[in-house]
Amino acid sequence: MTSSDRLSSAFGAMASLPARAVEPFMAGLQRIIGIKRMPWFFLVPNLVAVVLFCLLPVFINIFFSVTGSDRLYPSERPFIGGYNYQTLLDCSNYLDPSTCSRDLFWRAVGNSFVFVPLQVVAMVGIALLTAICLNGNIKGRGFFRGVFFFPVMLSPVVVALTWQWILQRTGALNGIFTSMGLESGAWLVDRNWAFFWSIFVTVWAHMGFYTIILLAGLQAIPRDVYEAAKMDSANHWRVFSRITVPLLQPVLLVVFVLAVIRSVQTFDELYVLTGGGPGSATTLIVQYIYETGFAVQPRNFGLAAAASLLLGLVLLVFTLLQMRLSRSSKNG
Amino acid sequence: MKMTNFGVIAALGVLMTSTAPAAILAQEITVFCGEESGFSCTNIQPIADAFESANPGKTVNLEPVPYQAILESLPVQLASGEGPDIAFVNDLGGLSRYYLDLRPYVDGDYFDTEWSQTLQWLRGGVSNDAIGGMPAALTVNGGYVNVTLFEQAGVPVPEEGATWEEWAEATRKVAEATGTDFSMEMDRSGHRFASLAISYGAELVDDEGNPVVDDGLKAAIEQFVAWHKDGTMPMDLWGAVGGATHRELFSDFLNANTVLYFGGSWTLGQMDREVGDLFDWKVISAPCGPSSCTVMPGGGALVAFAHTQEPETVGAFLNFLAQPENLSQVLSAAVEIPSSKTLVEQGVPYPTASERTQEGLATFIAQVPKMDEAAFRFQGWRYQRAMMNALTTRISQVLNDELTVDAALERIKEDVNLAIEAAKAQ
Repeated sequence: MTSSDRLSSAFGAMASLPARAVEPFMAGLQRIIGIKRMPWFFLVPNLVAVVLFCLLPVFINIFFSVTGSDRLYPSERPFIGGYNYQTLLDCSNYLDPSTCSRDLFWRAVGNSFVFVPLQVVAMVGIALLTAICLNGNIKGRGFFRGVFFFPVMLSPVVVALTWQWILQRTGALNGIFTSMGLESGAWLVDRNWAFFWSIFVTVWAHMGFYTIILLAGLQAIPRDVYEAAKMDSANHWRVFSRITVPLLQPVLLVVFVLAVIRSVQTFDELYVLTGGGPGSATTLIVQYIYETGFAVQPRNFGLAAAASLLLGLVLLVFTLLQMRLSRSSKNG
Repeated sequence: MKMTNFGVIAALGVLMTSTAPAAILAQEITVFCGEESGFSCTNIQPIADAFESANPGKTVNLEPVPYQAILESLPVQLASGEGPDIAFVNDLGGLSRYYLDLRPYVDGDYFDTEWSQTLQWLRGGVSNDAIGGMPAALTVNGGYVNVTLFEQAGVPVPEEGATWEEWAEATRKVAEATGTDFSMEMDRSGHRFASLAISYGAELVDDEGNPVVDDGLKAAIEQFVAWHKDGTMPMDLWGAVGGATHRELFSDFLNANTVLYFGGSWTLGQMDREVGDLFDWKVISAPCGPSSCTVMPGGGALVAFAHTQEPETVGAFLNFLAQPENLSQVLSAAVEIPSSKTLVEQGVPYPTASERTQEGLATFIAQVPKMDEAAFRFQGWRYQRAMMNALTTRISQVLNDELTVDAALERIKEDVNLAIEAAKAQ
């Protein structure tokens, strides 16, 4: 036995110490509950955590949504039934927020309905293009992969503050424009520009994450398929549309659904960048929930809970849709 | 025998050392300081040190907390029974249900004499004799003007008694002549807007504590919107931000991008430090509206919370801080206006403040007797914040053509009524 063999053997013995220490207990437990029930012993701690920190808050939220007052303790909140839902859904014309009792909620819903598709399409499209470029044999590929992923690691508040400094009236962007003799812009004051920059900043902050996922999907496509296409003189567009996209579909589906869920939950960047303004132009649904439940005084926890449950229903629909599409793509 | 004796002694030693930390910790209190006010940890620290020296065994932990955190996070902490022992708060009436009645723990007669009216603000509209905390400084809303720009433009600075329109006219002339970006700016704050509104005749709240949306408020909003539409005021503050978010652009005044900046007396220290002699500036008297020449009073308080485990220590500390010599020290360092009777009468020295700052303080103090009764009533109203949030949110929507002024007034009424309804549901 060589010295390295002895060393490996010693490390192996040390590493197996914890397993050997619990072996008598595990053997005894298996004798009592049977081998078929042993997996539950390992799953129960995680299940308890999921129930306590994921499911229980949902039920507490439902309770808050059917109770009133600005008190936090459940015992101090009187039952008011569906009043909060009634208040939120009270509209003469759902397409015109000014006819709604809670017009800001519907403005936020309307903004989210525009923001989400635009942001997701931009995000997935740009992430896919970037992944395709990074999949090629380019110089400094490793460096560029890091560069595109870097914003993902930044705190959303840092991202928003940085872009606020760039885009504000006396910010860097206007400084560059002025130095070039161009007119400065009201980037965060004009509604349309504020909306554009909201999409831009959130795409910039998060596309790296989806790029990495799509890059992994691209790298899983066998090279010989591309070689065969090259031999058949297929052009770039045909290769992309007939080979890349179909083979990348399962990954694209996951990325798409994740992007939609993430987009619907957008809050931090926009709250810092625009505060939901100008007016309510960039107020999305999560900001409405936050302001109703935590920012305004007195706090209306019930109304915020009702709004969050309605949002949760929308996300549940998307999740079920993703599961169905995923199942049908597996079945071919 | 020796071992047994040794064992007993050792056990006693272990027992004493293990209980000693508990005994020491039992007299420790935590104070959230108002970092963006004069009652910052830096200014309170010398008083806390003196209190600890005078009271061995008692420890005061000062924690610096940003204004936004006090506004948004502290109430949630308090609702869950958590939070500091003492905090610097601005929403005096809104948090009143969480206050500890300090009367058994402080010199009640002294507090009553020194802060009769402000103590009322801490009671949230309830008629009792509870002492919820120690009112800190009195703050006064007000405007600062860049006098150098007026001189460069050759425009005389409006005198005391000038109206808001006269100030707008004069600052527009100055801005045009000097190429300054904006004529006037006002913090994005319902409290600041209330100064304008009340001078235009808005009541905001009646004697019974009911919200009032009237022609005075309408006139104020219309004037405010007109100033934004014609470029007198920038859209960056009120127009570009949504919801009830508080924003200020003091940097614009510092960089001479605006002729008049409407903020308040709490900015005097910052003016002195950051503007200093960069240009000539001064505090102006309250601009007049059709109804009155008034600005809003304000000010925070150091309040104690009912969940505290150390009510005696909390009371002792606040009683100590409330003594004229100690309070004067904090106000002097912070360059803030006293709210206590003794210090108002005898005055507070501001040795570190420039002559210009001392003149500014005198101007702010001179506005107090002119304040409309509606201003004091609004400041002491338990649901003041609901109205202020509604004002900032809806005015921003009017500025961005999402609502008309009439629609905004309806929405303000609904928002406030909904908030009061939610708070009163029992």
